[in-house]
Amino acid sequence: MKSSFLQDIIWISYLAASILFIFGIKYLSSVKTARKGNLLSAIGMLLAIIVTLFDQNILSYETIIIGIIIGSALGALMALKAPMTGMPQMVGALNGFGGIASALVALAEYFKYDVVRLEAYGQLMPYNLSISIFLSLLIGSVTFSGSFVAFGKLQGIITGRVVKFPFHNTINVVLILLILGFGLYFCFFRNLVDQLFLVFALSLILGFLLTLPIGGADMPVAISLLNSYSGLAASATGFVINNNMLIIAGALVGASGIILTNIMCKAMNRSLMNVVLGGIETAGLSIAADDQKKITVKSVDSEEAAMIFDSAQSVIIVPGYGMAVAQAQHAVRDLYLALEERGKNVRFAIHPVAGRMPGHMNVLLAEANIPYDKLFAMEDINNDFRNTDVVLVVGANDVVNPAARKDRKSPIYGMPILNVDYARTVIINKRSLNVGYAGIDNELFGYPNALMYFGDAKDAIIKLTNAIKEL
Amino acid sequence: MEHSLFLLLIYVFVLAIFVGFELITKVPPTLHTPLMSGSNAISGITIVGAIISSGSGDFLFAKILGTIALVFATINVVGGYLVTDRMLKMFKKDKETKV
Repeated sequence: MKSSFLQDIIWISYLAASILFIFGIKYLSSVKTARKGNLLSAIGMLLAIIVTLFDQNILSYETIIIGIIIGSALGALMALKAPMTGMPQMVGALNGFGGIASALVALAEYFKYDVVRLEAYGQLMPYNLSISIFLSLLIGSVTFSGSFVAFGKLQGIITGRVVKFPFHNTINVVLILLILGFGLYFCFFRNLVDQLFLVFALSLILGFLLTLPIGGADMPVAISLLNSYSGLAASATGFVINNNMLIIAGALVGASGIILTNIMCKAMNRSLMNVVLGGIETAGLSIAADDQKKITVKSVDSEEAAMIFDSAQSVIIVPGYGMAVAQAQHAVRDLYLALEERGKNVRFAIHPVAGRMPGHMNVLLAEANIPYDKLFAMEDINNDFRNTDVVLVVGANDVVNPAARKDRKSPIYGMPILNVDYARTVIINKRSLNVGYAGIDNELFGYPNALMYFGDAKDAIIKLTNAIKEL
Repeated sequence: MEHSLFLLLIYVFVLAIFVGFELITKVPPTLHTPLMSGSNAISGITIVGAIISSGSGDFLFAKILGTIALVFATINVVGGYLVTDRMLKMFKKDKETKV
């Protein structure tokens, strides 16, 4: 009787934790309340962990204490050491850890079952349990190895280019069929550990092969998708241990990842299938080969650029992944301050897929202490380019390529872009005239109102700022 | 009985997905990165399952797997919440940055 009363308290606390998670995400809808939301969500998690320690199935605490201490130390170390430019890798790694944890919990639940005795009686474990274990193991493992590859690509350990083996997609299909085959056999015929280990191993390979062909600029989609998987894996684990809180929390994360994936795909005018299959690179190369137009560009140095800024009233800065690579966000902040001091109206225009994860640019600019009310999403600022004197593009390329608007043959045709070419003058900072990620020339560079300002983003912006101050 | 419980769990899952959609479509693009890391920390909820497995006495293999899972899940939870807070601390309005 006493233990069931305790169990009731545990379940009510789980409900409270679920509500805290929901409010936590709700408060993330405004910058003002976001920090409080994260705190609420963390309190919910702490509550869930504390009441779980009173679960009657727990017989010893040594391994729990050791596990939590090691995990907390590593987690805190990662969270405090990770540079803001490395946030995509950090989130990628965390997705992976969540995924593998869910998979291992499912596997552990399996070993609590005396399968040998069940077999002796010609029985199977309940279908809902075996199916949940299978799904949790599958999704969790794919999340883990997929996130591992994404991390490697973002960190530069694995090439960011599209990597495909011969018959890559065929291999994937065969793998999926094998996993389903072993999984169904496990669920409905014999609850053998061999099948489960095969599902585990093949799912790890599948996650690896699915993420490998995804190119660097498509990472926002991959990271969002893996985020969704990590939630779904937690939900599946909730089905394994019959726990509503895990199902709710996992579903919230799953929904979040799906929505972000959808936003990212729309921002590139591509289907999820197209991104997952790594389609754009091949398309880009073939176009570049047979349709290469010579573009003549005009370039300016820092003094000339400074003069143009001096005579401008309104300025929009468009950051891209190049800014992150060059760690130029603080230099951009100094430029922003210098321009504001001179009475210019300075705003930032941020394309949804700029950078390597959703919101990547916003975090970098926030780190550089640039107020968030100066950052504008594409749909909120795109009509203002017409009335803007100078646009400065820092390390962005495909998201400002006008070919997306009118060149039907272009692989990025139809992708919504920032209309920087409508401004009076566009100054594009780039290291060199290399093509962007999509492998195509950017005709913007040859436009009459476009000026190239060559150099490493950080150095070039610092020089420009100094030149403006000296005027 | 077994089936009705399973169905009940599916109800909860489907309804929670809808709640998730409603909540997350309201998050502005500026906060998409903290949303990802914060929601990621929530997916570390699997830590609850890991704790129970790690503390289970009789099943040695389940205990080992549970403890490994616990380490990973704890990294996910602690790392996720801390890094999200670190990011959200940086978001400031125009007037606040001038002080």
